Amino acid sequence: MSGAVKERSPEEYKAQEERLRAVWANPAGWRYWTSVNNYQIGLWYGSAAFAFMLFAGVLALMMRLQLAVPDNDFLSADFFNQAFTLHGTAMMFLFAVPIFEAVAIFLLPPMLGAREMPFPRLGAFSFWSFLLGGIFVCGSIFFNAAPSAGWFMYPPLATDKEFSGIGADIWLLGLSFIEVASIAAAVELIVGIMKCRAPGMRINLMPLFAWYLLIVAGMILFAFPPLIAGDLLFEMERMFDWPFFDAARGGDPLLWQHLFWIFGHPEVYIIFLPAIALMAMIVPTFSQRPIVGYSWIVLAAVGTGFLSFGLWVHHMFATGLPQISLAFFSAASEAVAIPTGVQIFVFIATMLAGRVIFSTPMLFGAGGLAIFVIGGLTGVMVALAPFDWQAHDTYFIVAHLHYVLIGGMLFPVVAGLYYYYPLIDAKKLSDRLGRLAFWLMFGGFNIAFFPMHLSGLRGMPRRVFTYPAEIGWDWLNLISTAGAFIFAAGVLVVGFDVLRPKHRQPRGEFNPWNAGTLEWISEPEENWGVRSIPIVRSRYPLWDQRDLARKVNEGRYYLPDAEEGWREGLVTTVLDAEPIQVLRVGGTSHVTIVSALSLGAAFIALTFHWWIATALAAIICFCAVIYWLWTGTGEIPEKPEKDAGLGLSLPLYASGPDSVGWWAMFITMAGDGTAFASLVFGYFFYWTIHADFTAGIAGPDAVWSLLAASLFAAAWGLMLAARTFNRRGATATMRGLLVLSLLTTVAASVTGLAAPLSPGMDPTRHVYPAIVWILVIWVLAHAALGTVMQAYCLARSLAGRLTPKHDLDLSNVVLYWHFLLIAAVITFAIIGLFPAAM
Amino acid sequence: MWLVPKQIETLWTLFTAPVVWAAHFLVCYIGAAIYCAKPELVGLSFTAVRAGIAAATVIALSLIALSAWLAWRQWGFGTDDPPHDDPTRRDRTLFQGFATLLLSGLSFIAVIFTAMPALFVTECIR
Repeated sequence: MSGAVKERSPEEYKAQEERLRAVWANPAGWRYWTSVNNYQIGLWYGSAAFAFMLFAGVLALMMRLQLAVPDNDFLSADFFNQAFTLHGTAMMFLFAVPIFEAVAIFLLPPMLGAREMPFPRLGAFSFWSFLLGGIFVCGSIFFNAAPSAGWFMYPPLATDKEFSGIGADIWLLGLSFIEVASIAAAVELIVGIMKCRAPGMRINLMPLFAWYLLIVAGMILFAFPPLIAGDLLFEMERMFDWPFFDAARGGDPLLWQHLFWIFGHPEVYIIFLPAIALMAMIVPTFSQRPIVGYSWIVLAAVGTGFLSFGLWVHHMFATGLPQISLAFFSAASEAVAIPTGVQIFVFIATMLAGRVIFSTPMLFGAGGLAIFVIGGLTGVMVALAPFDWQAHDTYFIVAHLHYVLIGGMLFPVVAGLYYYYPLIDAKKLSDRLGRLAFWLMFGGFNIAFFPMHLSGLRGMPRRVFTYPAEIGWDWLNLISTAGAFIFAAGVLVVGFDVLRPKHRQPRGEFNPWNAGTLEWISEPEENWGVRSIPIVRSRYPLWDQRDLARKVNEGRYYLPDAEEGWREGLVTTVLDAEPIQVLRVGGTSHVTIVSALSLGAAFIALTFHWWIATALAAIICFCAVIYWLWTGTGEIPEKPEKDAGLGLSLPLYASGPDSVGWWAMFITMAGDGTAFASLVFGYFFYWTIHADFTAGIAGPDAVWSLLAASLFAAAWGLMLAARTFNRRGATATMRGLLVLSLLTTVAASVTGLAAPLSPGMDPTRHVYPAIVWILVIWVLAHAALGTVMQAYCLARSLAGRLTPKHDLDLSNVVLYWHFLLIAAVITFAIIGLFPAAM
Repeated sequence: MWLVPKQIETLWTLFTAPVVWAAHFLVCYIGAAIYCAKPELVGLSFTAVRAGIAAATVIALSLIALSAWLAWRQWGFGTDDPPHDDPTRRDRTLFQGFATLLLSGLSFIAVIFTAMPALFVTECIR
């Protein structure tokens, strides 16, 4: 493993630097947009999210104008509906969640001492998907076609085509597409944080930002798939009249509420935790000391992450569920206040223990926390079911949620913007403008939203487009409108500060705030992240390892060179961050844009029922993804090992659980499994609400069902055998087994299709056949994808890109098959046996 | 002591207690929801549901207590104080133990929170 460390001449250093710079350079001209570098992607992602925020903010100002005086006719009722729906949707899906994917993609690699995220092209794909989906959803309002049923799209209003036009489809398909982007980002973040930290950065030394983001990415993985499952059911009802939420045919609108809020409540914490993560970086810097209670922050992050999944029914307190159910969720809603409070006390303790420098970021951070605490306290109030019955659907809730989100998210983000701006431009933002912006925003926010508590308690329902003069809401609303414009003025000042030309301002120093964490080593002018990958020995390496920055920039640590012309980073172990592999990541490419745009085109065409266009776009997307995989992944290196510097030689290829690709597949399939579990939940949900949930309709044939399950198990067994034989070097046997498994999968799928087909189950007649069909379709779609993977492995083997020693593709496909087997066995066992057992 | 599991090196032990909380929460919620939707299915009274919740709670609390004890052991029975920020395997282990212990405490309280409604709610009223 180790050899002598060579001293290199200044010329050699220079040559190394040039090679490294060339490998990481951005393409010039219009090809700049094909960059996949985390700096560019992070910056584009963040800018797009801010633009969507400003757009949604303008909608809010229009609503405030409409509500400023009673009986106003500035906006029509229908436009008002579109405005508040799009305001909520855009703020949640196009700003609050993506801004953290943006910040994470931008900051995490330098913070972890890595060069890049493990899957840079996936990050680029995520960005382009997000951008296209966002423009599609937002643009609809210019055609008077925006969704108008509220950002949580409750049926039966939103499933009724008479009351909600194409807007509901735009919401469902546009956002499903963006959810795919979020899950892609989550995969990237989890693998990046667990496997790509700088050597020596053990989990007890990891920056708290990374801890938070790890938890948040895990939450995305379990929170977004239920919504995707819900979207699927919803769109099947709108497009093909499958009655999932139609009470007349056995459906139930409440299932949507469950699926939406299983997503929707964790979502609040998915937004809040990364914002607090920014505070966990800012507070120690301006207290000039390490954080007090590092482990307590980890407790809070993990604890909040878990508890936030036990809160969803508190959005449904008024739906008539049994009181004992309400009480469970009320209890969990109170319990989540404990870890939330811990974080705030940790910050206060850190400030007390250090010498606080009151800078603009601290001002925004502290002001945001003050606002958040008020929102948290009203949250404890509405967590009590009896109080909630009074406040439900009133402006009290509007006030509560804005206090939580703006205090817990927007203010910390602006704090983070002022804090991290020098990493973008090597210059600070203006302190004077920052303070002005803060007081406008802080004052304006409270003037706008505090009176809403009162108008809510006075009975003003949310989402009304106007109100009569005599019921005592008028002056409260007028004050709110005035406050909203003051707040908006503050946001404009921030926007001006960011965009104003700064070329006359001199370049600032490195690490202007004297922060202790690694991201401050990186130079905005360079694209390589870090000149060489350091060995970390502290939570605040820039404070404790005095010569670290110099040695990194002199290229004295790992991978200071790019001899073979590849973008490379290190893979390290999860707990102790010992280097185990040199990872070659994908560089600049068109394929990410082509696949994202064609996938988007497929979703958009589907919205308008343009079937041929949908099919064409889907085929283009399929080809692009296959091309991407074939040319950019699982590459067999030209040599087994390479010298990573400091006398360390590391392998260039890994397969199975040692590889980052295997983890990405595992994580993706965990999310996919959650979506499947949500559909199974739907099946049993319908069982609980009906005395006989089959409504006397003949169910799937048990024999066909069990046969299908057995054939899937056989296909899975053949895949396991194929992997084993390949490792033993029996390539021909492996190929034969792959073909056999593929044929078995086709047979299993046909058999599975026969199960609901043979009794002639009609999915539009009643919800029972509909939910059976959707489960079967889910498995068959996954099986179809499974056969593509089998064919892909076969082709890779024939092309010499899959060998006994280099079996990454096959081992990932086998992992996929584990999940497919579980889904198939559960589905066919349930649909075939459960109705008979009941 | 063959009953006590050996110390293992993994990140996942950190999540033991919250996973127990989640399982307990789901058992209580799903159990009560099914009972209230289909009381004829099991033919028992609501008191049985409350007893079931009590039993689930005792099991969950015992598991969390066990996880807490294991975490305490991983933390070296508290011989060292935090912050556990040395770049050594030992400090990394102590950090894991301490963080797991804290999470066990939070999960213990959260399980009690979840169980409390069963003390006060005596029927399936809506």
